[in-house]
Amino acid sequence: MTMTETAPNASGYKDFTIGAFTFSRDEYFATISWPTGTHQLAIDVFLRAIQRDVAWGFFYGTVNFDSVFGTVNHYGNVDMFAGRFNEAYRKAEVDYNENFTHDDLMAAFKSVLSDWTNAGYDPFAAPMETGSAYGPSNGNNDEAVTRRRVVADRMVSVPGDEQIRTDASGFTVNRGFADVPQNEPIVTAEPGYEDQVCAYNMYAYISRSDVTWNPSVVSACKESLYCPTSEEFILPVIHGNDRVEWFVQLSDEIQWDVEDRDTGAKRARVIAKAGDVAAMPADIRHQGYSPKRSMLLVWENASNRIPEMIARGEVGVRPVEF
Amino acid sequence: MSRYTTVFGSLENYEKGRVVVINDDPKAYVFSNVFEVANMSKPYEKVAVGKNLEYVLEAIRCEGTSEWRATPHDEFALVMDGTVRIELFDPTDQLVDPAAQGSVALAGEPTGSRMGAVTATQGHMTLLPAGKAYRFHSDGVGVILLQTIEGPDTIYRWAEICQTD
Repeated sequence: MTMTETAPNASGYKDFTIGAFTFSRDEYFATISWPTGTHQLAIDVFLRAIQRDVAWGFFYGTVNFDSVFGTVNHYGNVDMFAGRFNEAYRKAEVDYNENFTHDDLMAAFKSVLSDWTNAGYDPFAAPMETGSAYGPSNGNNDEAVTRRRVVADRMVSVPGDEQIRTDASGFTVNRGFADVPQNEPIVTAEPGYEDQVCAYNMYAYISRSDVTWNPSVVSACKESLYCPTSEEFILPVIHGNDRVEWFVQLSDEIQWDVEDRDTGAKRARVIAKAGDVAAMPADIRHQGYSPKRSMLLVWENASNRIPEMIARGEVGVRPVEF
Repeated sequence: MSRYTTVFGSLENYEKGRVVVINDDPKAYVFSNVFEVANMSKPYEKVAVGKNLEYVLEAIRCEGTSEWRATPHDEFALVMDGTVRIELFDPTDQLVDPAAQGSVALAGEPTGSRMGAVTATQGHMTLLPAGKAYRFHSDGVGVILLQTIEGPDTIYRWAEICQTD
């Protein structure tokens, strides 16, 4: 892969060429060009999306930044596309797709994210909790955009694993969860069993998250991963599934816009309230809307065999038939 | 005082959402509600509310004292309502094949060493360690969402618990 970057433009931002794609930003927009077309996104929309793509390591399946541009993870290599999952672009034959190694595209996206994110703007934060993404270049916010994603090996709070969040560790309770009880479970371990008798307050843990729409692994039953996340405003990407994933709404409400993964045709709207459980089939794409900060438990099967199993017809796109 | 009120569900107070179909089958979303399922369940039935190949999420109504169970792999119990006491036990003998999937019920009390206990309320998650035994107790009624693998006692009643139209 070739990646080049230019000297800063009139707004102070570098242009980037990644393969046959070029990326440039001005005070309001990101502009993406490829051999057969060009596309623009509002810069805050672009930065929130590329932040998730970077933080999630291209995630499971397709990360659509919007209805035109995005990435498909093949776990080791990644497609970057324009118009691939947009029927009109495909019919007009102005869609484009290019494959990169995971590491090359990740390095390129990190460069774009670092250069284009201004001081005071945090793409992980809810819009009411951060500054503006707009305007001429004004420093960077590398501390925010390079946050470490939490991945527990066994469970948060287990000795040697990820630890709970506290004021002392820099994680204060979010304004949207100020009423969430912070009591910890009563744990009584017999001598010698202190590292196996373990429990923690997961709701308090989520209430102290300083990011939105960024699932982190808190428990792992082999390849079954609990990935809770705090949600506010709009999921910054339209996630196209390559496997079934599940949502358990732990608090408040999220409404999900569900579309056909390949065409974008509307299929359903899922209104999830506290205690609701819903599957996202493997042939859809979805985007969530959370009017108040809410707690969502994303449940994933991390096995990389699943996309091939679906392609071979060994498992369906629905989790169960009844 | 916060101007936001966080809404958690409970057995006595929950509001179920729904799938609003545009061009699809609502059964594709396997849409249920943990509290509704627990309200319909007998104590300690392990009712699947989620399934991803061999992995399951089980909604468990906690009422009184459960049987002892042994698990071949880590499980995780998230209390979503009520207060649940979880006792953990280190059995002298191997009670379950480590290669097996899902927990198994034990006949009577295991022999071995008491490991300890956790008293958990809403939002608390407890590790149920691989190779160990555990039982639940609730003086009232509680709800656990269990992260595990399907086993001999996993109950499937999708048509009863999920939105179908």
